[in-house]
Parts: sequence; C-alpha cells; structure tokens
Amino acid sequence: MTESARTDCYHCGQPIPPGVTLQVEIDGQQRPMCCAGCQAVAQAIVGNHLTDYYRYRTDRAQTAEDLVPQELRDLSLYDHPELQRSFVHAEEGNVREAALILEGITCAACVWLNERHVGSLPGVLEFRVNYSTHRARLRWDDSRIHLSQILEAITAIGYYAHPFDPGRQEAVYQRERGAALRRLAVAGIGAMQVMMLAVALYIGETDETQGEMMQFLRWVSLVLTTPVVFYSGSSFLVSAWRDLRRRRFGMDVPVSLAILSTYFASTWATLTHSGQVYFESVTMFVFFLLAGRFLEMGVRQRAGQATEAMNRLLPPMATRLSEDGDELVSVHDLKPGDRVRIRPGETVPADGTVADGRSSIDESMLTGESLPRARAAGDPLTGGTLNVESPLIMRVERVGEDTTLSAIQRLLERAQTERPRLARLAEQGTGWFVSIVLLLTAVVGLVWWQWIDADRAFWVVVAMLVATCPCALALATPVAITAATGALMREGLLTTRGHALETLSQVTDIVFDKTGTLTEGRLSLIAVEPLGARDEAACWRLAAILERDSEHPVARVLARGEAGAMRAQGLTASPGHGMEGEVDGERLRIGSPRYVRELAGDDPAQLARLDALVAAHPEATLVLLGGAQGLLAAFLLADRLREDAVETVARLQGLGLRVHLYSGDAPATVSAIAQRLGIADHVGQLTPAEKLERVRGLQDEGAVVAMVGDGVNDAPVLAQAQVSVAMAEGTQLAHASADMVLYSRRLAPLGEAVRKARATVRIIHQNYAWALGYNGVALPVAAIGLLTPWLAALGMSLSSLLVVVNALRLAPAGARGARRDP
Amino acid sequence: MEILYLLIPLGVVVVVVAVAAFAWSVKSGQFEDLEGPAHRILMDDDDPMIPRRPRPGKPRDLKRED
Repeated sequence: MTESARTDCYHCGQPIPPGVTLQVEIDGQQRPMCCAGCQAVAQAIVGNHLTDYYRYRTDRAQTAEDLVPQELRDLSLYDHPELQRSFVHAEEGNVREAALILEGITCAACVWLNERHVGSLPGVLEFRVNYSTHRARLRWDDSRIHLSQILEAITAIGYYAHPFDPGRQEAVYQRERGAALRRLAVAGIGAMQVMMLAVALYIGETDETQGEMMQFLRWVSLVLTTPVVFYSGSSFLVSAWRDLRRRRFGMDVPVSLAILSTYFASTWATLTHSGQVYFESVTMFVFFLLAGRFLEMGVRQRAGQATEAMNRLLPPMATRLSEDGDELVSVHDLKPGDRVRIRPGETVPADGTVADGRSSIDESMLTGESLPRARAAGDPLTGGTLNVESPLIMRVERVGEDTTLSAIQRLLERAQTERPRLARLAEQGTGWFVSIVLLLTAVVGLVWWQWIDADRAFWVVVAMLVATCPCALALATPVAITAATGALMREGLLTTRGHALETLSQVTDIVFDKTGTLTEGRLSLIAVEPLGARDEAACWRLAAILERDSEHPVARVLARGEAGAMRAQGLTASPGHGMEGEVDGERLRIGSPRYVRELAGDDPAQLARLDALVAAHPEATLVLLGGAQGLLAAFLLADRLREDAVETVARLQGLGLRVHLYSGDAPATVSAIAQRLGIADHVGQLTPAEKLERVRGLQDEGAVVAMVGDGVNDAPVLAQAQVSVAMAEGTQLAHASADMVLYSRRLAPLGEAVRKARATVRIIHQNYAWALGYNGVALPVAAIGLLTPWLAALGMSLSSLLVVVNALRLAPAGARGARRDP
Repeated sequence: MEILYLLIPLGVVVVVVAVAAFAWSVKSGQFEDLEGPAHRILMDDDDPMIPRRPRPGKPRDLKRED
C-alpha cells in the first residue's frame, strides 16, 4: 500500500499526472492528490474533522472532478419553488422533506461521512442514507438553510446528490418488497410447522392405535397450509389465471396446477379419513418458489434503482427574454419566435439559431464529437446540446415534436418494435412438458381404475401430480439468471432486461461505437512539448493559470495543473479560439494554433517541430501557449483508448465473435483506432440511420448482434440490436434503449459477460436435464403406487436444492461472504 | 398424550403471533436496508470524549488506514 500511495492519489486512487505536486495533510501526514478537485474535497473532509473516513473506508473514493456533470453544477436552480414542487414535500412551517439520490458512494464509510457532514449543518433536521440503495431522506428547515446549500455541502466532500421524485417507482418497489417478504414469511413459518407435524405423521402411519391423533395432526396441517396456499401462493394462482385467459402456457400454469391439485386432494383425504396427505410438499414447494422469486425481484429492483439514479432531474426550465426582463419558464411553454438566454453550462432548450453572442457548443451527446464547436450569430443550435463558454441569446425555431431530439426518439421507437427477438428458454418446452404429464397421468389413472384397483386410482393420480410437481423446473432458469446477473453487477455491468443474458450467449457479432465506448470519452493530455526557453513544468503552470476559470473541455484538462496563488491579469476569452491574459507582466495567449500565432509570430524552426508533432499524433488536438516573444509550448490532447480496450477486443475475438466499429467520427481517427485494436470491419462518418442500416444488414445475414454505444445517436441502433450495452456516462436515451449498462470504467466486464452468458445457458440446460430426469424416475414410481408422502417431499426438496446449488456456481467464489455494491 | 390437543393449537397461536410480528417489522421499514446497519455499528457517530491524539503531529495507527 505504501508504494502505491506515493504514486496514486490518496483520495481517489487515480495515478497522479506528471508535474502535479498537490498535497493535503491528513492525520499529520502529507498525502499526494491527483487534482485540485480531490485536494479541495480532502481539505473539506479534514476541515470538518471527518478524517476518520480515511481510516474506515474499504474502497477508494471517486475522482472529484468526474463526479459532477458540468450541466448540473448550478445547484441554485433546485431552490426554485416551481421546480421544487415536483420533488419536495412541505410540512408545517418551513420544514421541507426531499428524497435524494447520492452518487459516488463506494463503501460504508461514505455513508458515515455524508451523515456526519450533512447532519451537522445548521437547519438540517434529519439526514439518513440507505446504503443498499444509495438513497437518502432529507428534512430541513427552509428558513435556516436552502436545499442548494445542502447539495453544495455534499458536493464539497466529493459526492453528488440530486433530488428525485420518490412517489412513483420507489413506492411501487417498497410495496412489492413488503408484500413479497410477508408472503415469504407466511410460507416459511408455515412450511416449518407443517414439516414438523409431517414427521409425526410419517412415523405414526403404520400405528393403528393412533388413528385419532393422526386425524388431529392432519387437521392442524390443513389449517396451517390454507394461508400458505391462498395467501403466499396467490401470486402464482393469479398469474396462472391471467396466462390461461390469454391462452398461453407459462411456468405458472403447471405450478398452480400442482399446488391446487395437491392441496385439494390432501384436504379431501383429511375430510374423508382416507388416502394420504401431502401438505408438507405443498408448503415447501410454495416456499422454495417464493424464495427464488424474491431473489429475482431483489436483482430486478436493484437494476431499476440504479437506472433511475441516472435519471437526473434535469431542470426543464429556460430563461425567456420578454419586455419586462428575463423570466424563468418551463421548456414546454416555449414557442417558435421566443428569444431565450442560455448561460454557460446550460442546456439548449429547443432547436433554433444564435441571435446574439459567440460561444462553443458541446454536441457530444448528438454526434459523439468530443470537442465543442464554435457557434456565432446565425448558426443553428440543436436542443439538448450544451453551451460551454459564454452566454448566448437564441431564437427558438422548432419545439416539442419537431426537434431533432424527437426525431431520434421516433427512430428509436421504430427500431424497438422491429428488433428481432429470440424465444425465451424458460418458455420453450414448458407447454409440452405439462401436456405430456397430464396425458400420462390420465392414462395411468384410467388403467388403475379399470383394471387394477378402482379405489386407489384417485390416490395414484394425486401421487403422480405431486411427483411431477415442477419445482426444480420452475427454479431452473430464474436462479441461474439471478446468480449470473448478480455476479455481473459486481463486475460493474448492470442487466436491466431479463432476456439480455440468454440472448448474449448466442451473439455472433459485436458492434462498437468509438466515442466513449472504446475510448474514455473525454480529453486527456498525451504530450507537452516545450518550444521556447521555459521547461515543461513552467509551461504547464502558465497554462493552468490562464485556463483556471474557463469551462471549455480543453481548458478543464489544462487547468488540472497546479496554478498556485498566482493569478492572470486582464483575462479575456475569445470563444472558440482561446484565452489571453497577463502573467507577471507578460502578455500570453493559449488556445488554437492560429490564435496564438497571431501574437507569437511564426518561427520556421518551431513550425517544423510542430508539424512533426502533429504527424506523430494524428488523432490529437493541438493547443499552443505563446507570448509576444514567441511560442512557449505545445500541448497535445486526445481522447485516449480505455486501459483495457485492446485486451477486451482480443478476448471477444478469442470467444469467436466478429468485432465491428461503426462510428460517427472522422474516418482517419476511426481507422487509426481500429488498427491499434485489430478490428478489421470499421467505418467512419456514419449517421444514426446508416448505422441502423448496417446493423440490419448484419442481422439479415443471420447474425445475432450485440451493440455497445453511449450517445443519443446510438439509441436507435441500440434498440435494433438483439442485445445492447450502454455506457453509464452515456445519455439517458441510450440507457433507456439498452438491455445492459456498463458502470465500470473498464471494458473487461464485456468479455466476462459473454463468457458468463454462455455458462448460464449451459447451467440452465443442465438444470432442465436434471429436473426432467428426476421427473422421469419419480413418475413411474408414482404410477405403480409406491410414492409415499415422505418420498415425494424428499425427492422434491433434493432436486430443487441440486438445481439451486448448480446455479450458484455462477456466482463468484468470494461473493457469498463479502458482498460489495455495484 | 392428551396434552398435545392443547399444545399443538397453542403452537399454531404462537405461529400467528410470529407472522404478525414479522409483518410489523416489515411495515416499520426494518428490512429496507439490509447492509447499512451492519456497517453503521462499526463507526463512531458521537464525538470522542477523550482526545485521541495526545501528541499533535504524531501519525496514529498507520496499519489501520484503508
């Protein structure tokens, strides 16, 4: 640990970039920090006497700068009463209550840190964090503190909180969980009691003198079983009835058939003092199935909550200019012809043109292009993109249905309905199985009634139905899928749709979109080249001083350097070009080559070095630093490949998949990346519709396509592919159309997912084989009238247990003990 | 053995009480966070009464970080 502590950030564990010497004193020791963001967070933690966090934590924190999306840094919007109406619950006086989603929680110490820090703010009445769901409940006195101040305090210690509306999804989840737990408890406690009585019944079966006591025990078992069947088992009965009405044969139909027939036959036996009772089989059956469903529900709800956490409440407000000055209006109230002010960091509310001002617009969510584009008066603006640098006045031209974003949404809906589907394993064959069993049972019953022993025919039929009770069969698929999904979730890959794993196991082609999938999706510095008299560290420092207040992505990268206390005088931004200012009396410019060379002039020797530099890094963006005396340094920035992109692509190819790269980026960049990764099929400069066409082409050739993407432009393609993976950093629209979401910064979980999906399907097949094999043995035993109740109960529990244990092989070895959150 | 006619129904009553108690605990939200409380108990949420660092500047208990 000590070795890595020297080179990695003490706060977030990221490697420290060259030239950064930031430090914070924690518990009497100087600790290195990777960036000003982490430094500020660590200082806030030390300043609030919360350094115990560093002792208790079991995982590194997230890098402070990456956590807060730029468009949401303006927290004061959350104080707006109009906006608060949707998520704040007002109590008597000034007391308000809201539910928050906390991002950046990596271990239990984070919960402690947040509760301590926020709880100590004056005016905060209550702040409780739920560690399982990363949700928090906040009550505060609005006359003493505002919501934005509380959110700011959370941001200060390196987390990001945003309010959400707990009314809808959360309440549904809670009701579902509560009901499932109660059902499970009734079934579990009932099954234990009935089992206990059943042991007495097994032993006393041959003892003629205990007839009365036997009858009493049967009655008690009946009383205990009734709520288990009709309360705990009601979910099976209801959904079986729904299936039957729609003339489908799901798994619930045979399950309900087994429950009801066994229950009523046993009741009949109790009432008429004849035959045998199978109450313990019924209760255990219901309990096993409910336990399986409960685990399944837990995984599903977690996935749902995680996706909801990404649904940040983007303030759908815009600043409209009118005769009486600026007014804050809802985006829905905008009309074509309105003039809207867009401040830096705000989202463009609709489609239109720039009426006044110059700025750069970040269009990455639409085009995947990681660098902002310069926009001046008369240029078009697309709704949903982000204003980066300086204020703009915009004239609204198209709103609502007519915007580009809506058009993409329509494309997405069409693709979703046209997606080719693979049949679900669980539903294959179930109908067949049930029909065969029923037919066999009827034949055997008839044989007994006609030729062997008419009195015993009924009990043989009951025994057969109990024996074929599809407990193991019903558990085979859900337990395997739940175990595999849970394992992948720990790796950082979230499965949001049930079919994803089954489909993934059959995938033949995997299509990547370059931006944000194979690359990190953000700029980083790849090289600094001093051109003048000063050395690298000095140039890096000057760049940080000049860029420290700029919001441009290039500037954010350069501002990560250490600026110290020095400030630049007379800073002026020239949108789309760069910054100019005086440092130590020297006039300096940083920005695009042309802009800097206007000041620094052209020195042929320096230009030759620049040309060589650009030739060595064709995909990089060049930023120059220079003064009146000449150029000082060249900075090269590029969107780097993810650390394990090469290995992952190689692994996927090793698994027999064909890998494609269909990107909207410039063909030169795309082919450079494809060559480094060894991807043969790569195409650049594709529109969303063309990507869709290509994927459909692959599917027409019989391929099963998995798509990995992140932007809005990918959403329709994600929907068209049989199975799709979105990046967590990607847009909401992409998440909504994806079957899986990759949370991890690494790509490795993708390869693991394909392997795991194949293993899952293999395990499901094994489980089916076992369950059917068990039935194949039990059925003849029951048909010849040898199946006693204890044999039936034993067979059923053992076969179910075997199926579950087999499925648990999919969970990682250490996972059952030490569980970690996704 | 006649006592069983009393004891077994009594057992059933206990079962009903157990189920009711469980239903109450679910309703009062005790099952909402199954992981947090296990960790919460390990962390101090009160301020230490005894100063933990008698000599300022001395690095404390290095083995326990992380």
